[in-house]
This record gives sequence, C-alpha cells and structure tokens, in this order.
Amino acid sequence: MSTTLLISIVIALGFVGWLLGNRRARASVEGKTSKLHSRPGYYGAYVLLWATLPALFLIILWSAVSPMVISSLVGSKLPESIQSGPEQAKNLTLSTINIIERGLSLLTPEESEKTLDPSTDIKALLLTKGVPLAVTPEPSAVDTARYQLTLKNSSQLLITLSGIGLSLLGLVFGYFQVGPKLRSRNAVEKVALAGLLGCSMVAILTTLGIVLSMLFESIHFFSMVPIQEFLFGTVWDPRFSAAGGSGSSGGQFGLLPLLWGTLYISMVALLVAVPVGLFSAVYMSEYASGAVRTAAKPMLEILAGIPTIVYGFFALITFGPLLRDLGAQVGLSISATSVLTAGLIMGVMLIPFVSSLSDDIINAVPQSLREGSYGLGATQSETIKRVILPAALPGIVGAILLAASRAIGETMIVVLAAGIAPNLTLNPFEPVTTITVKIVSQLTGDLEFNSPQTLVAFALGLTLFVFTLALNIYALYIVRKYREQYE
Amino acid sequence: MTVESAPMVSGSLIASRDKAIAQKLIAKRYGAERRFRAYGVAAILFGLVFLIALFGTILARGYTAFVQTAFTLDVNLDQSAFGSSSPPSQSDLMMADYEKLARRALFQALGVDPANKADAKAAQDLLSANADAQLRQAVLADPALVGKSVRVELLAHGNVDSLMKGQFDRSVSESRRKLSDKQLAWLDKAAASGLLGTHFNTGLFTYGASSKPETAGVGVALVGSLYMMLIVLLIAVPLGVAAAVYLEEFAPKNLLTDTIEVNINNLAAVPSIVFGLLGLAIFINFMGIPRSAALVGGLVLALMTLPTIIIATRAAVAAVPPSIREAALGVGASKMQSITHHVLPLAVPGILTGTIIGLAKALGETAPLLMIGMVAFVVDFPKTPLDSATALPVQIYMWATAAERGFVERTAGATLILLAFLIVMNVTAVILRRRYERRW
Repeated sequence: MSTTLLISIVIALGFVGWLLGNRRARASVEGKTSKLHSRPGYYGAYVLLWATLPALFLIILWSAVSPMVISSLVGSKLPESIQSGPEQAKNLTLSTINIIERGLSLLTPEESEKTLDPSTDIKALLLTKGVPLAVTPEPSAVDTARYQLTLKNSSQLLITLSGIGLSLLGLVFGYFQVGPKLRSRNAVEKVALAGLLGCSMVAILTTLGIVLSMLFESIHFFSMVPIQEFLFGTVWDPRFSAAGGSGSSGGQFGLLPLLWGTLYISMVALLVAVPVGLFSAVYMSEYASGAVRTAAKPMLEILAGIPTIVYGFFALITFGPLLRDLGAQVGLSISATSVLTAGLIMGVMLIPFVSSLSDDIINAVPQSLREGSYGLGATQSETIKRVILPAALPGIVGAILLAASRAIGETMIVVLAAGIAPNLTLNPFEPVTTITVKIVSQLTGDLEFNSPQTLVAFALGLTLFVFTLALNIYALYIVRKYREQYE
Repeated sequence: MTVESAPMVSGSLIASRDKAIAQKLIAKRYGAERRFRAYGVAAILFGLVFLIALFGTILARGYTAFVQTAFTLDVNLDQSAFGSSSPPSQSDLMMADYEKLARRALFQALGVDPANKADAKAAQDLLSANADAQLRQAVLADPALVGKSVRVELLAHGNVDSLMKGQFDRSVSESRRKLSDKQLAWLDKAAASGLLGTHFNTGLFTYGASSKPETAGVGVALVGSLYMMLIVLLIAVPLGVAAAVYLEEFAPKNLLTDTIEVNINNLAAVPSIVFGLLGLAIFINFMGIPRSAALVGGLVLALMTLPTIIIATRAAVAAVPPSIREAALGVGASKMQSITHHVLPLAVPGILTGTIIGLAKALGETAPLLMIGMVAFVVDFPKTPLDSATALPVQIYMWATAAERGFVERTAGATLILLAFLIVMNVTAVILRRRYERRW
C-alpha cells in the first residue's frame, strides 16, 4: 500500500474519530451541551488529533528512516569485490539493482517464480514490462534486487499495519477519554498553538537551509579548489571539462573579477538611484502639493513592481543599442552590453527603494526642527540642506545600504545587459560580468553536479549571501538606532 | 569696510548700497531655492519619463505579437489522400500527407505551376512549417470534412508575418532579403485579394516553446506559472498567516521569537537567486523532486513570498482594535477563539491585499527559476506539478536570448501579457484595500 493511501486512510480515521467524539460528547450530557466543559466540536477535534497525530508522526519518521536502513542492508549484501571497489562501480551496481527491483515489482506471481530459474532471460522479461536494461544482469544482482524488493515490501507492510494500528489505538484512547469533565478545548488549543509556533519556525528553517546548503556545497567545492585561490584569484576561467573527464582538472576560479564587476555596476546604479531617489523624496515630502504627491508617488512605485526581467529586456533591446549609437555619434565605442547599460537601468530600478524609504525618514523629522529653521530666516532649501537632511542622514544611509544590497543581488538585469566576459576594467563602456551572472551561467547547463564548475555556484552564492546579509544587518542597525532619537 | 567708508558717503547712500547687497544675496538665495526645487521636479520627471519610455517601447514592439498572418485557403480534402477505406481509419487520418494538401491549395490560390520546381519551392516556403499540423487538427476534429473542399486559415511563415506587419525592408537588395521579388509579388497579390490577412493571434496563448516564431506561444508557460501560483497560495498563505498570528498575538518576548523576527526581516532582503540555490540543493538534490518541476518552483517561490505575507498579515492583525478581542474574551471565548472567530475575519482584507502583492512579486520572479532548471524547452502542457514546466518570465528570458528576429516581437508580447497580469493583480489589491479597509 502506498504511503499516500496510508496517509489518506489515517486522515479518514481521524474524521471518523471527529464524528464519534462529537457524538459521545453530546450523548454524555444527553444533549445539554451547556454542561460540557468545551463545545462539542472540540471533543471531536480531540479524538481526531489522537487518531491522526501519533500515526502521521510515525509514518513520516518511518519513511525518512527506512530507505536508509534498507540501503545499508542491501549494501552489505553486495559481493566483497564491489564493496571494496571504487565508488562509481558501486553506484552503478546499485542503480542496476534499483532498475531490476522496479521491474521485479511489476511482475505477476507466476512470472516472479520464473525469475528464480537461472535459464530465464530476465532482460527480455523485464523489457515486456517496459523496464529496459542495458546488459543481462548477473544472477547475484537479481538476487540482491529480489532481497531489496522483499525488504521494501515487508517495510511497507509493517508501516501500514503499525500506522493504521496506532491510528485506531489513538482513536479508541481519545474516544474513551471524552466526557463532560474533559478539558478538550485547552488540549486542542495547545496543539494548535504548537502548530502556529511550528509555522513561524519555517522562517528559521529557511535561513538554516540556505546557510547549511551553501556551506555544505561550498566546503565540497573548497576541497577541490583551495579557498585562497577562490577569494584572491584574479582570473575567472572555469573551463568546462568534457563529460567524463576528471572533475578537478583545470579551471581557475578567481572571485575578484566577478566581485569587481558586481561592485562597479552597483556603484553606477547607486550614482543614478541616490540623487534621483533622494531629490524626488525631498520634493515629494517638502514641496509637492497633495495632488502631485498622490499622483506621482504610486507612479514611481510602479518602477519597483516591474519584474526585473522586463528591465533586462528593455536594456537588451532598446537601451543598450541606444547607448551604443549615441556613443558612436560622439566617437565613443560603447558596447551594447556594458557597465553603463546595466548600471543605469539598475539605477532606475532602485529609485523607488531609495525614494520611498527616504520619504518615510524625512517625514519622521519633527516639524519643530523645520519651524526653528524658518524662524531664523532660512529658505526652504536651506532648511532641507542644513537641518532636515543632516537629521535624517542615518536613515538615508540605511536606505542607500538597502538599495546597495538589492543591486548586488540583482540578477536578471545584469544577465541580459552586463555581458558574460569576466573583465577587470575601469572602462564603463566595456562589458563586465557579475557574481549573479556567473551563478546563472554555471548552473544552467547539463553538467554533472559534483564538478567544481557547478559547485562554484554555491561558493558564489555564499559570498553573495554574506555580502547582502552584512549590508542588510548594518542598514537595519543604522535605521533602528536613528529612529529611537525622536521617540 | 562699510564702517571705514561710512564717513565718506551719506547715510541714504549707505542704506541703498546695503539694500543692493542684501537684495543680491536674497536673489542668490532664491535662485538656489528655485534650482533646488527644479532638481526635485527633474528627478521625478526622470523617473516618470523612464516609466513611459519603458512601457512605450514594449507596447510599440509587442502589440504586433497579438496578430498573426495567415493564408485563407480552400483546401480540397479529396478522398484519395486518405487511403482507400471510406470513411478513413484513424491512422489514415493521422498519416495523410497534409503538407501536400496545403501546398496544392496554396499553389492553386497563388497561381503557381507545381511543375516548376524553383517556383514551387519558393511558394511552399511562404507557409509555416506548422501548416500541416493545423490542417491535421482540423480534420481530426471533424473527420466528416474528408472528401470536401474546406476553407481554412493556415499560418504563414514568420518572414511573411513580418512583411505584413511592415517590419520588412523591401529596399534591401534581393540577394540579402529573406523574401525574393517573386515571392513579394505573390504576397502582394494575395494580400490584395484577401487571401492573405492578419488575424488575432490565439496561438500566442495556446502554443508552447517552438523554434519557429510563428508557432511559439506562452500557453505552456502560463500553465506552469498557474501551477506555481497555486502552490504558493496553498503553502505560503496558511504558513504565513499562522506564523503572523503567532508572532503578533501569542509570542512571548524571548530569544526564540526575536530570532524568528530577525530571520523574517532578513529573508525579505535575501537576493532571490539565493532562494534558487536553496531549491536546487534541498528540494532537488536532497529530497529528489524532479528538476524543472512546477512543484520545486512553487516551493521556492512560496518560501520567497512568505516574509511578504507574514509582514502584511501582522500589520492587518495589529490593526484590529483590542476592544474586539476583549469583548470576545469577556463572553468566555478563549484567546484562540477570539482570534479565529473575530480578529482574523476582520483582518481578511489586509491579508488578501498582502497575498496578492506577494503573488504578483512571485509571478514576475525569474532568477530562482533558472537555478532549478525551468529554462527547459517545454512543448507539452504539464499535466501534474511534477512534470517539466516553465514559467512566463522564464519564457520571456529564453525568447529574449533567442537569436531569431521574429522572437523580439514575441518577447515584447509576452512581456505585455506578464505586465497585464501584474497590473490586474495590483489594481485588485488597491481596490480591495480601498473598499474593505476599516478605520477604527
């Protein structure tokens, strides 16, 4: 019986438990539900939880543990020569066994009888079931496959029996506890609260998952490529090795050209986004009339809602060629994909990040500061420049840092507009490449997963994660520290 | 200086000179004021102009993708093409040489002599390679057509399509043009007689990936995106609402809840591509879900959307006044009951708004999907979330990097579809907020 069916049965039993618990609660007070401690539904839910939770827990635990147990049992059954042999040969044997096992599981009982006879052509037999085998398997492999199938079947039988048994047991236990005195609401709500806590733990689990998966794969990568070559290397040339070649051969994985490209493009982007964003925030909060504000602010915020792939497409198809033609007219050779193209477009994308955060911060500066300044005879712009902006500075710096972290992590614009050649150049008209571009190009292809060419993407991802995390934490720290000043 | 020179000039003169200096200064300060204001206006205009340019170019490039050029041909489906049995068997219907039928109809309509090999080839190149499939579909849908002459619309080749849309430069010398003078003459005649015309491009919404622009569409990608949005909805909304309720209503102030809050804020700012790496390492390599499956994409996007939904739900829950809670507690409800029966129903508009905005963000996300292998050439509609799928923004990415010129129009058209979805979603969110938001 498949695990899905088993889980549905357990859930169905839980539903039965709900009905029974509900009925027993009503019957125990002869229909006068006001005599119950909790409303009848809670008694139903109480039985339901008893019938489902322990059984589901067991099933999930079992399906996590049993494959490991089975594979270790099967592994110990392999012939001595394969067990001590190279890893690849062992994996090959195991995958053949898996295929045979899948084929065997499709056979009818009479056909299975036949596989015991050594003269049967197992390859042809399995082919009739739609399971192709490359070679005629050795008898020992068939035996091991049969052993694995037996193990799997008995494991499945065991969990089916114990799962349904535990579910019934819980149902009966819960059912007989139901009575007017049972504080079922408290019990059910305790479980619900635990569920809520569990849901909020998903955030921690996600972060943990990100950090652990990156760390794990990066350590794997650094076991093939020394960490100092990655961090301080100035040449990026991963040299995709041909399939089947030894994985660690060749390839230089220097981070510096990518990091330079990332930072250069981010810098250009911030050079656009910071003045434009800041000036529009100042204008919106200090000068603009209500009508202008309600019209212009959402318009600017649309810029933040446009998917970055759209910006990238715009850069690729319109903006890059436009810059190239403009450059050609004044005698500059601007490549269609360049630091400038990617940086300018990314800068536009970042305008709303800078402007809406700065807008909030400028609005939070107390009115008394403005009035004090006006009272001394300052004009509005002098007040803004000498009083408001200095007061809002930490918050604005926080906003800029957040925008910078966006710029560093941005992918689609640079994939389409920055180029793919790693280039340590100061010339903004040349293409460069970034960390995110290289993560994409290393992982979108049919590469074996355990080669350094693929694993380097995780090391790059970890670098990116650490960079953006540090920027975010620092930015939040600055914003928070500032906010406390007026409250 | 003023003091030293004071005895030399009369009082009124001093006053007028000071006034002049002061006025100059004031003029300078006011000039600075005006300039400062102008910078602000310029900054806002810069953003708006860019926005208009962006939408303008994409509209200008993309609107033509919604029409497609097709030949209206009278195809004679004579019995001889479908084998001897009448009515023809299913396999005869499948195997019949539809290309020949379509070709014959085209030759007849254009007045081309099939015996002239060069002419026949040139004429045949005007039809899309997909024309036979179209014809087959029409016949399979209604086998009674066999033996009759039917009027069908058959797709024209991508080059003919660009000609009809005015994207074709006739002034280029014939050898470097994709259509010869003879072909152009045929096409002009066909267009004048109504044989050749443009129709609304339903294929854009129903086809999948294709190497030919005229038969490439976003249908498959839309289905993939739909699956992913459903998964995001099913996973992120319950999880997010539960987490937000816990943090806002129940969480004691301790290290654990502080850690959760810091984590949520940080997750909201983690680059999306990192979520893709997480999906690749955990869901594909560790849990063994197939690559390119909509399920993986949905899970990754759900994790990305979670912080948005949690933050929106917390704000909505916090906005419900304490009096509601206290009234519920006063009549004997438990805290959990007061929340599920009273607070959450009142917070629904806020939660919905946050959910829609989160979904809109997830719909436009591309980078994490590239990591988990959704850049696949998917022709068939995914039947389950475990089948290979692709998503609308990924389709845009793949077309944007395709070499053929005809794909530029498709890319812009697909971008317009994506933007239309996003606009509809965001406008719905705004309307929901305006209509149902309660001020307490």
